[in-house]
Amino acid sequence: MPIPAPPTNVRVVTFQIDGRDYSAREDETIIEVARENGIPIPSLCYLEGLSTWGACRLCLVELAGSPRLVAACATQVAEGLQIYTDTPRLQRYRRTILELLFAERNHVCSVCVSNGHCELQALAQRYGLDHVRVPYRHVAYEVDASHEMFRVDHNRCILCTRCVRVCDEVEGAHTWDVMGRGSDCRVITDMNRPWGASDTCTSCGKCVQVCPTGALVKQGTSVGEMTKDLHFLPYITRRRHNR
Amino acid sequence: MHLDDMFERAEEYRAESAGVEHEVRVCMAASCQSSGAQPVFAALSEGGQGDACRVKAVGCMGLCSAGPLVAVAEVAAPNEAPVLYRDVRAADAPDILASVGRQPVERLRCPTDQPFFTRQQRIVLANAGIIDPDSFKGYVAAGGYFALIQALTEMTPAEVVQEVTKSGLRGRGGGGYPTGLKWSTVAKMPPGQKYVICNADEGDPGAFMDRAVLESDPHRILEGMAIAAYAVGANKGYVYVRAEYPLAVERIATAIRKAKRAGFMGNRIAETQFSFDVEIRLGAGAFVCGEETALMASIEGLRGQPRPRPPYPAQAGLWGYPTLINNVETYANIAPIIREGGDWFADIGTERSKGTKVFALAGTIRNTGLIEVPMGTTLRDIIEVIGGGIPGGKAFKAVQTGGPSGGCLPAAMLDIPVDYDSLRELGTIMGSGGMIIMDETSSMVDVARYFMEFCMSESCGKCVPCRAGTLQMHGLLDKIAKARGSAQDLALLEELCDMVQATSLCGLGQTAPNPVLSTLRYFREEYEERLAAAQV
Ligand SMILES: Cc1cc2nc3c(=O)[nH]c(=O)nc-3n(C[C@H](O)[C@H](O)[C@H](O)COP(=O)(O)O)c2cc1C
Ligand code: SF4
Ligand code: SF4
Ligand code: FES
Repeated sequence: MPIPAPPTNVRVVTFQIDGRDYSAREDETIIEVARENGIPIPSLCYLEGLSTWGACRLCLVELAGSPRLVAACATQVAEGLQIYTDTPRLQRYRRTILELLFAERNHVCSVCVSNGHCELQALAQRYGLDHVRVPYRHVAYEVDASHEMFRVDHNRCILCTRCVRVCDEVEGAHTWDVMGRGSDCRVITDMNRPWGASDTCTSCGKCVQVCPTGALVKQGTSVGEMTKDLHFLPYITRRRHNR
Repeated sequence: MHLDDMFERAEEYRAESAGVEHEVRVCMAASCQSSGAQPVFAALSEGGQGDACRVKAVGCMGLCSAGPLVAVAEVAAPNEAPVLYRDVRAADAPDILASVGRQPVERLRCPTDQPFFTRQQRIVLANAGIIDPDSFKGYVAAGGYFALIQALTEMTPAEVVQEVTKSGLRGRGGGGYPTGLKWSTVAKMPPGQKYVICNADEGDPGAFMDRAVLESDPHRILEGMAIAAYAVGANKGYVYVRAEYPLAVERIATAIRKAKRAGFMGNRIAETQFSFDVEIRLGAGAFVCGEETALMASIEGLRGQPRPRPPYPAQAGLWGYPTLINNVETYANIAPIIREGGDWFADIGTERSKGTKVFALAGTIRNTGLIEVPMGTTLRDIIEVIGGGIPGGKAFKAVQTGGPSGGCLPAAMLDIPVDYDSLRELGTIMGSGGMIIMDETSSMVDVARYFMEFCMSESCGKCVPCRAGTLQMHGLLDKIAKARGSAQDLALLEELCDMVQATSLCGLGQTAPNPVLSTLRYFREEYEERLAAAQV
């Protein structure tokens, strides 16, 4: 596919990431530019092709001259910005956020179908998370296996809402939603009915493919067998926006 | 319509009650109603009154702890303090009615020469407790809607924005963002669909300022919103108020209906080109729905969850259109600013915080209730002089300002003048005006745990630091409070405070650590005592 020319009314700006110069269209976000250039800003809720959510806070970066951190997925680049993506302070925060996620639900990797193919696990390894300092909550959440093809295990959900967004924005079914408050939030299908009884689900499986953890998986997979394929998403959105 | 017509109309309304010499005012705001104002009002109304004496339902008089409150005022002497009665029962009605124009009923009397009344300066609450909140005519007779007509007929939108900017008014919803600046941002967005929103969610525990204003003087809010809409180029407004405030909802709905009927709301207001309509939206009582982006999502019918800013509501708000969102008390200041001028307002208060602030005094304090004082009044004046100090001979320990987003200040800080910046420097915030006073028997660790529990259960669950962080911080506080914690627990708690503050998506998470951080700053020894208790 030919690369589309940038619309002429959008300016190109130059800025620095981790001390190196880059340029990009001013309507691009920091995380987009970073991805294009191979700078590994961690993320869990961001996914190219879906709307911005800004909730996992792993992508926070520092801007020179500002005490406030900004979310790389929700912040556009601007002329002269000096962005730092991997300072000791950010590393510390990211490690703590990951710890909080592990302690919030029951993430026991060794018995998970996504073992070895999980974005949460991969980030924990990258940040050298070898123990969790806060107590695990040990709340037993439900596993809904009523759908003939897929399964949702709330014990492994990190509430990133990728499933909600892909279903609404790409598939157009809006089967998923979030219910509840605080740590007891849950993703639900239809009006909190079993997934298998859903009227809106088209069984397309997009939610399963975008889920970063072992929360949404195919039925019949065993430990470590569940691999996911995200390539369809940028392709669909590019076609849709006729780029 | 011109200003002169407005004067005439007010004159006419005043003339309608020309024969009335005395008014018996019964507070019918929520606090007094809950202590039994309704039967009092019924008994007084039934008690038979000549034309010269009128019994009237009014809004909050401030001293809620002494309710039901009844005031007998001489109409011819509006500047004289009315005779105030406290803890009135229905059985007292005959005595009160008999006393009108004669000797006051001494046994019921509540002195009005005490500092609680004399030290206040009322701008926002100017009509509260005096006019009948359900009466359109009463509001106009008291000078209401003059400012709107003045703005519409004698000022350009830009001049209105300028006047508000000149006044130095800052948002009363908690953040203290300059109101004029916010208005000019919305005004400068290209013309087209724009909205104004009044934030009446008021979710902080212990706060009831906005409720009192809505219940006592609802037209003032509508007038402020209409002026704002004219200034920024909007023609549609929403009042977002929590469903737990049924009386406030009812009063604002009545006010909208009456303003519409009188031509001060709706199409071509007062025969000008300006049209403006207001609708009410009910919140279900989630604290986070007071956050502006969550509030707008809720109005749109979505889950009440914040989203990252920018874009700010001023750029892309309700349904993506430029939206002005201000707090109830902010709007309540607008009409006086237009009427008296920005310079008049800027003369009140401190260098960087202008005007007055309404505070809700709660906790262990003699005079629980609502007060309005100039910015810069010291905490000592508010608590010891106006509030009457701590009852029962106990000593003052701390004052909590800003609700769950604020902090606790110790006795050593009582002499600071209260304004946005002084409080922030000390590690707390002005917030919306809740003030909880605590005596020597309160434990600061428990206070911190209480507020953390509030934040934990009110976290919307969207972002990880707040959702899972408040939960863990609450767990650590609980452990420390129960004398089971260790020094590591305290260190981890401090680390989580820093992380949650720096990384949360919205103000709820960003400020949730404040009660912990401020109590650690001023009362660290109490934490250490609990740790020591754990070791033995
Ligand atoms: C968790 C949270 C709760 C809030 N609750 C309220 C509220 O109840 N009332 C309010 O006016 N502002 C509240 N705010 C502040 C609003 O987001 C917004 O700043 C304010 O309504 C703007 O009005 P102002 O400029 O007149 O203060 C809250 C903010 C946060 C983060
Ligand atoms: S089920 Fe998966 S995709 Fe959906 S919110 Fe949970 S972790 Fe995210
Ligand atoms: S800080 Fe708390 S309330 Fe705000 S978005 Fe995050 S989880 Fe929701
Ligand atoms: S990727 Fe930016 S907040 Fe999740």
